Amino acid sequence: MTLLAVEDLVVRYPVPRGLVGTLARRPRLDVHAVDGVTLDVGSGELVALVGESGCGKTTTAQTVLRLVDPVSGTVRFQGSDITQLGPSALRPLRRRMQIVYQDPYESLDPRLRVRAAVEEPLVIHRLGSRAERAERVRDALARVELSPPELFLDRYPHELSGGQRQRVAIAAALVLEPELLVADEPVSMLDVSVRAGILQLLDSLRAGGLGILMITHDLSTAARFADRICVMYLGRIVEEGPASEVVENPQHPYTRALLSVVPSRDPRRRRRPQILRGEAPDATRIPSGCRFHPRCPIAIEICPQVDPQLERPAAARSPEHRAACVRA
Amino acid sequence: MSTLLQVEDLHVWFELPDGGELHAVQGLSLGVGTGERVGLVGESGCGKTTTALAIMGLLPPTASASGRVLLDGKDVLAGGEATIRPRRWVDVAIVFQGAMNALNPVRTVGSQIVEALELHGRARGGAARARAAQLLESVGIPAARAKRYPHELSGGMRQRAAIAMALSCNPRVLIADEPTTALDVMVQAQILELLDALCRDFGLALILVTHDLPVVAQLCDAAAVMYAGEIVERGPVDALYHDPRHPYTRLLFAATADLDGRDAPVVSIPGAPPRLDRELVGCPFSPRCDRRFDPCGTLRPALRALDDGHAAACHLNGVGG
Amino acid sequence: MSVVLYEPGVEEAPVRSRRGLVWETIRRRPSATVGAVLLLVIALAAVLAPWIAPYGLHDQVGPVFGRPSRSHPLGLDDGGIDMVTLLMWGARISLVVGFAATAVSILIGGVVGIVSGYFGGWVDTLLMRITDYFLVIPDVPLMIVVAAIWGPSLFHIVIVIGILLWTGTARVIRAQVKSVRERVYVKRARALGAGHARIVLRHVLPQVAPLLIANTVLTVAVAVFDETALSFLGLGDPSRISLGKVIENAFQRAAISSGAWWAIVPPGALVAIVILACSLVGQALEDALNPRLRVAHLGARTFRLRPLVGRGAESV
Repeated sequence: MTLLAVEDLVVRYPVPRGLVGTLARRPRLDVHAVDGVTLDVGSGELVALVGESGCGKTTTAQTVLRLVDPVSGTVRFQGSDITQLGPSALRPLRRRMQIVYQDPYESLDPRLRVRAAVEEPLVIHRLGSRAERAERVRDALARVELSPPELFLDRYPHELSGGQRQRVAIAAALVLEPELLVADEPVSMLDVSVRAGILQLLDSLRAGGLGILMITHDLSTAARFADRICVMYLGRIVEEGPASEVVENPQHPYTRALLSVVPSRDPRRRRRPQILRGEAPDATRIPSGCRFHPRCPIAIEICPQVDPQLERPAAARSPEHRAACVRA
Repeated sequence: MSTLLQVEDLHVWFELPDGGELHAVQGLSLGVGTGERVGLVGESGCGKTTTALAIMGLLPPTASASGRVLLDGKDVLAGGEATIRPRRWVDVAIVFQGAMNALNPVRTVGSQIVEALELHGRARGGAARARAAQLLESVGIPAARAKRYPHELSGGMRQRAAIAMALSCNPRVLIADEPTTALDVMVQAQILELLDALCRDFGLALILVTHDLPVVAQLCDAAAVMYAGEIVERGPVDALYHDPRHPYTRLLFAATADLDGRDAPVVSIPGAPPRLDRELVGCPFSPRCDRRFDPCGTLRPALRALDDGHAAACHLNGVGG
Repeated sequence: MSVVLYEPGVEEAPVRSRRGLVWETIRRRPSATVGAVLLLVIALAAVLAPWIAPYGLHDQVGPVFGRPSRSHPLGLDDGGIDMVTLLMWGARISLVVGFAATAVSILIGGVVGIVSGYFGGWVDTLLMRITDYFLVIPDVPLMIVVAAIWGPSLFHIVIVIGILLWTGTARVIRAQVKSVRERVYVKRARALGAGHARIVLRHVLPQVAPLLIANTVLTVAVAVFDETALSFLGLGDPSRISLGKVIENAFQRAAISSGAWWAIVPPGALVAIVILACSLVGQALEDALNPRLRVAHLGARTFRLRPLVGRGAESV
């Protein structure tokens, strides 16, 4: 069942010009943070939105949760269009879509004990009596494997390790029993030895029916835990498909380059890295035609003229594997 | 290959606000020779950054240290500020963690390199500016960008500038603390390629301090794995991955996500590192170890040589403290 | 699963409760301790004045500008009244006005700062322009004008001082609120659908409170000074004795030419001590609150050397 359906989402931020800029009549520039993104997340599915910084993955996630307003496009949650809803109409929806942030050291209020932090969503939405809330808090803590809950209820965040804080943050997201969870780089600030635990937790939640949209820059994590991967570049999805497909049989030159530069933990395994020169252009000046063409190792004549759409490549092995490249 | 830098039995303590002491580095020994790249690997709190700062003589006032840091055979730790100062930046330089965000925002990138040159008496005025431009080119920044301010450069460029600054006095040893941690994987690849070229072309010795095992696996020849303030295993990176002799090393590699290891079981290490403000009894890793046996709880294993350049501090290789 | 709770590298506890930081700072930093003790002593003396003052406030116990003696350590004023008694009673009014004006100022400044910092946008711009307007008004001339128009009374003094002092607080609080607002846990609360009131009261205010306290203490210093200045200029409430009034009286009655330094210096000194004490406490609190000031700087060679430990020579 499709939980989340995003279609042709466009999000722009005006670049502030300041007084001088306005007086000098400098042209108004927009940051094209998200430039036409279409994706779905089904229940029990973990979709990884992968890309480098500035590609628009975080903005997409925030727009999906309606923390940011899109310029155009639609966001549908369980069939109903939530793109234009106002704050009060969105409030009941916020219970069903939750977010977990990247920084476990900052996402919990340092003055609230674990009990209060996990209970807060229930209080905000006025759910249940005191006793019922206490029960749900304990359940949530048990679900994130902080057992026995009593050991953690009265602790302050600074008394917990990074991994434990992240579990508390996840518990606070789960306590409302959401259907969709957006995880923004959930493990990138955690130690390596702790990451797998958190990811496995997310994996088991997914198995329990939760739909998860995971933002990450780490392809290895996406490859291991995601059902599907969407690779973003400069505001667009340039390749998407089943995780194993995208990683083993990448069709877009950007995906190929990214995969080739991921260092392997095995010293004997040295991939031939395809290091792209320079960095992604800033999102106020999207290149013409295919936005990747200035850095593309296999660009041809028509690339600066044609903006390719996501299509199933000839060499794809799965019907759901799509790439936006004229040469695929 | 001669040993340029040798650290012997380094200990570092930090005073704690409530009166106690944190034993952050516990008897660490490390060496690096010309053109060698050594990785110092560990998770947060293991003491790797403290080690880097101790080598440079840049610990804060709440710290105390003991041990020897030998540069060309001369101890710069015990010798006092007078011994390390002329050699700091000139013989051994450091790219700090987050250096790319620590550039002076109100001065151009070029002028900051000129400043480093002038402070160490390497060049002045026009000659300094020329040298600065040359340095920027050598790290892949077009010389024209010397007139730009840090905020006008991307993260990758700023990191390159920080490296250029560290190289300004032609040091023979470069310590890089988490040089690619905040960078995207493509930019990371560029920086690693740069570091690789610098080591190859100029014989620069590199100590790469990081938590990122794959980076060390790809760039370094040898590595030392740190846990709870000490080195628990060290050796050629190949041996560390294919023949780990300390459970922490093995588990750490196993817990590291890898594109090729997608079907391998997911590993995480339960528990947390021990507190360093108390005396440790037995092997510091034993509470979390999957192979612990009797002596581990009471006898602290010493780092012992195994075979060619490979050493580990684990009773599984032979009980001994 | 993960039952081990403690971990090195986890940051030192920021602060457990609101009162924690304030109390800890006063206890630990000598400057704050000294300041707090001074304030406490003076405040106690002022509060208990009616009971512990050595003489009556209106009792003439000696000649005009009587010299200091054993029974009158600070001499007598122009009406033959004991100076120590005068100081104690004077301190009462000075402190009352100081605290009351501060209360007004903190209330206005706090609200403006929080609203401005939290909502941003045109609300922020509007409030900040109003703040700027109040900031550029010269304090003392305004006070003179208001006192001249409304007439001098304790109430008017408190209002006037309060209205002029809130701007500093507003700016400081606004900056802090803006920073707290961007913290992840606040964004999370918004994402959860929490209303503004809840976020401000539960998440923003606790973070801002210590700074507010520091600012309050510093404002008291300024308020006391302002009151003293006003009274000295004759704009104070004529029916009440404040320290400024004591100085003014002495000044008007030619204490200086009479050589009666004890009529002018002690009250001035007492005002200065109160201001100093407040400043010590306030500054210490501000320093304690600013995380950047707490970082031990990487000093070249400031660390100590210890003898070699030798856990056995390296065998590799």
